[in-house]
Amino acid sequence: MPSPSDLRVLVVLPAWNEAGSLPAVLTELREHLPQVGVLVVNDGSTDATSAVARAHGVDVLDLPFNVGVGGAMRAGFRYAIVNGYDAVVQVDADGQHDPRDVPRLVSGLDGADIVIGARFADVGDYRVRGPRWWAMSVLSRVLSRMAGARLTDTTSGFRASGPRAVRTFAVRYPAEYLGDTIESLVIAVREGLTVTQVGVAMRERSAGQPSHRPWKAAVYLLRACLALLIALTRSRQAPVEAVTA
Amino acid sequence: MSGHLFALVSALVMLVFMVELLRRRRLREKYAALWIAVAFFVMVGVIFPHMLEGLASLVGVTLPVNLVFAGALLLLLLVCIQLSAELSTSEAESQTLAEEVALLRNRVERLERSAGDEPRPPVVDPGAGHPPG
Repeated sequence: MPSPSDLRVLVVLPAWNEAGSLPAVLTELREHLPQVGVLVVNDGSTDATSAVARAHGVDVLDLPFNVGVGGAMRAGFRYAIVNGYDAVVQVDADGQHDPRDVPRLVSGLDGADIVIGARFADVGDYRVRGPRWWAMSVLSRVLSRMAGARLTDTTSGFRASGPRAVRTFAVRYPAEYLGDTIESLVIAVREGLTVTQVGVAMRERSAGQPSHRPWKAAVYLLRACLALLIALTRSRQAPVEAVTA
Repeated sequence: MSGHLFALVSALVMLVFMVELLRRRRLREKYAALWIAVAFFVMVGVIFPHMLEGLASLVGVTLPVNLVFAGALLLLLLVCIQLSAELSTSEAESQTLAEEVALLRNRVERLERSAGDEPRPPVVDPGAGHPPG
């Protein structure tokens, strides 16, 4: 297995109507990570997301309509394989992930196939309360036990995938609601991939508002638990090596 | 008009309608088969009313008409579930196609760029964006 410094790294930003926050994120990525590839997956945006990304000279995938983060990431993983990248780092286009944490995530790929940038690992001051927090802690406990590692933030969208994970996800990345966070980890663990986490600080979104309404949180809790239960009861599929060969 | 005649005519009309839709390729066989079967059983029930009464007493339903209602409800429920399943398959397929289109568009743009053209972003449809899930 190659060491992280040898990996060709692709940063994938799934973006749905993020023309407002994208320029700052792309500028930061260029500044702090000049050597990595950057791909913006324009997920059916109705604003200038695609044009903004092109103006910054990064690669762009334009999905003809909105398919959600899961579908956008699957396209990103397939792009990575076709273009010879070894590792994929998912970064939110809304600016809440700090590009300076990317090298720490990538160096974590030394000992694991997937590295999650966790918001509750004693770094930063990101806090949530109420049903959303209950949902997150239940999910974290179940997935930690499955993965055999302490995972405190399984719904984080900030994560790095190593070569084996990229191969698996290019074929089998769930496009369901919440599939990109919860079910993807279940699939990875069942494929025998190892998961670990690195503490990161979250920043305020540079544009747009996070959703913190109580009823939305309750719906989120129910859907998250349903997604986890369904993923756990799903029967094992043939390993990806056999599928791609 | 007697009730029997009405039911018989309805079942016949439905049968003809289904066959006609199939003939014009407006309906795929896997969806039509169920309705053709329904029309067929309604006709059998109309022509031989005693079969329904026998069936009702066999499964322990006092009024035969209640058996018809319960059966109809169950059937409609199953059809709804089948349609949801087919729709899910269809959504997953169109999503995979969307990803494939995006990858191919990227490839075409690379080729255009290497040929000296400057590709532009796609034209967006302001009504197309809606969150999934």
